[in-house]
Amino acid sequence: MSYNINNKGYYGEFGGAFIPEMLYPNVEELRQNYLKIMTEPSFKEEFHQLLKDYVGRPSPLYYAKRLSEKHNAKIYLKREDLNHTGAHKVNNTIGQILMAKRLGKNRIIAETGAGQHGVATATVCALMGIECIVYMGEIDIARQAPNVARMKMLGAEVRPALSGSRTLKDATNEAIRDWINNPVDTHYIIGSAIGPHPYPDMVTKFQSIISEEIKWQLKEKEGKEDPDYVVACIGGGSNAAGTYYHFLDNENVGIIAVEAAGKGIHSGESAATSALGKEGIIHGCKTLLMQTKDGQITEPYSISAGLDYPGVGPLHSHLYKSGRGEFYSATDDEAMTAGLELCQLEGIIPAIETAHALAIFEHKTFQPEDIVVISLSGRGDKDLQNYIDYFKL
Amino acid sequence: MNRIIQKLKEDNLPDGKTGKLLSIYFTAGYPNIDDTVTIIQNLEKSGVDMIEIGLPFSDPLADGPTIQASSTAALKNGMTTELLFEQLKDIRQTVSIPLIIMGYFNPILQYGVEEFCKKCKETGIDGLIIPDLPVDVYHSEYKETFEKYGLINVFLITPQTSDERIRYIDSVSDGFIYMVSSASTTGAKTGFGDTQTEYFERIANMNLKNPQIVGFGISNNETFTQATKYAKGAIIGSAFIKHLTNNGAETIASFVNPIIATEN
Ligand SMILES: Cc1ncc(COP(=O)(O)O)c(C=O)c1O
Repeated sequence: MSYNINNKGYYGEFGGAFIPEMLYPNVEELRQNYLKIMTEPSFKEEFHQLLKDYVGRPSPLYYAKRLSEKHNAKIYLKREDLNHTGAHKVNNTIGQILMAKRLGKNRIIAETGAGQHGVATATVCALMGIECIVYMGEIDIARQAPNVARMKMLGAEVRPALSGSRTLKDATNEAIRDWINNPVDTHYIIGSAIGPHPYPDMVTKFQSIISEEIKWQLKEKEGKEDPDYVVACIGGGSNAAGTYYHFLDNENVGIIAVEAAGKGIHSGESAATSALGKEGIIHGCKTLLMQTKDGQITEPYSISAGLDYPGVGPLHSHLYKSGRGEFYSATDDEAMTAGLELCQLEGIIPAIETAHALAIFEHKTFQPEDIVVISLSGRGDKDLQNYIDYFKL
Repeated sequence: MNRIIQKLKEDNLPDGKTGKLLSIYFTAGYPNIDDTVTIIQNLEKSGVDMIEIGLPFSDPLADGPTIQASSTAALKNGMTTELLFEQLKDIRQTVSIPLIIMGYFNPILQYGVEEFCKKCKETGIDGLIIPDLPVDVYHSEYKETFEKYGLINVFLITPQTSDERIRYIDSVSDGFIYMVSSASTTGAKTGFGDTQTEYFERIANMNLKNPQIVGFGISNNETFTQATKYAKGAIIGSAFIKHLTNNGAETIASFVNPIIATEN
């Protein structure tokens, strides 16, 4: 079984490019060029230089001693929260802004849920002096106010998405509509491993720096490159894709995904796509998505804006369907509790998205000798108000 | 013969019209859930040549605010694929112009592509427009099924579509080509400038095997006349939805008459 994308843009039966003709020239231009550009020595050099000097990579692989004691396993945290802008999202935006420049684009659009991708996009646009417009659901604008302010300070225009559930799905719709209306000068920096081919593959490859580093860092610390498990939360699945990438073909490494169960998988307020989803088409790709039996996309719910998405990237649908990945989901309450636990055991305040990955210990028991690497995808500064409200701090 | 093909062949109409076709789009289930049949009948009576029945979708990526809002309202009203077919089951007893269903791919996929096509044939639907079903996927996976049920699938081209791809789309098409007037979602722009005229001319000069029908940005007599100067016909969507919003399903002639006025 292969877990890599095939030459038609599919992972197993998932992926492809189901796009209106209006988007074809842009997506096709990208498809024809992305691999060539990504493998150019000058591109690689610029990408890695920026990751090092600007983002602050490599991000530490930190042995979490007290968390390990508590949960009786050897737990390492991959500290994406220490990246510039506070999450893994910037790995992708650095890559895509360099891609956009090489494609001769001078206007950038993006969607954002938690605002982390929006901030990471606004940041690289400021860095390169390129115009930036970020679409964000009206609800998310309210619940992620600090990130809205950051985007504005960085010179981006934040446009509210007012349709549908007014969250990430709708922001993505608006960004796609913008791209249809601006077909020549604009590059769309998608923020997760979703969208029409080649986006899921391109985003995965930019994020794969995470597992590339885990391998040599673990070798230094444990004398071997491969952990027993890698764990990540899944919204669209970019931090997860990056965390899994270099372990996909090694079946000795367990792949664990944690989705957002919201108020409970069957509460009607959930974003646990693999459990609730059926194969269909969302935002240009064939994948698992939450929908009615009539094929209307369902409004998801999660306390975390970054996981509040009714689909999941096609790689993850493939990992789920093929059985390569173990999929779990954590409720709002489990995530918040796990987030607070990390604060108190390790002195790290995680993003609420990330807190879902940390809630894995509610669902799975590891062996004491198991090496478990968790993607600490982002820091919780943006979520302080939510933590304050939830814990009445 | 498929009604679309027949309609496209009628160059010299008995009523002395120019043979330029007016096609009207509306969203099924809007403004009221039961308006579908009334709207179709009134459109035919008003002299419209072809109708696109919009199957509403929760996330219509290629549509602007007007059609989005009508889709949201239609879904709220309770429109479903099943209900639409139910409403249309006797439509061929009263209506004879070509009927096309326009909808996004996911609802059709969930219904079952073959089942959907079969139902279209039983109902008397002549063609489909599925903006997010790319031509190559159609060609390799679904063409046979569509043809088995006598359905014509219509593809879009835009000002950015390369000549090579237009030729490919022309070769796969069997009916007409839906020519999107400018790079935009539906309803975004009104009026045509030099860029559009140039594009219309360029396509006209390609001598494609399929006639072209222009859509997006047509709202009145002036834009209809401009668009059909080069193309076989034109499609009006958002402007008609706005008319329905303001006037309901009964007064359709007052919208259609001025648009086709100079044709007579
Ligand atoms: C910190 C953090 N983790 C995870 C996610 C989820 O996205 P993805 O599944 O693409 O990693 C987000 C999205 O905003 C985020 O901000």
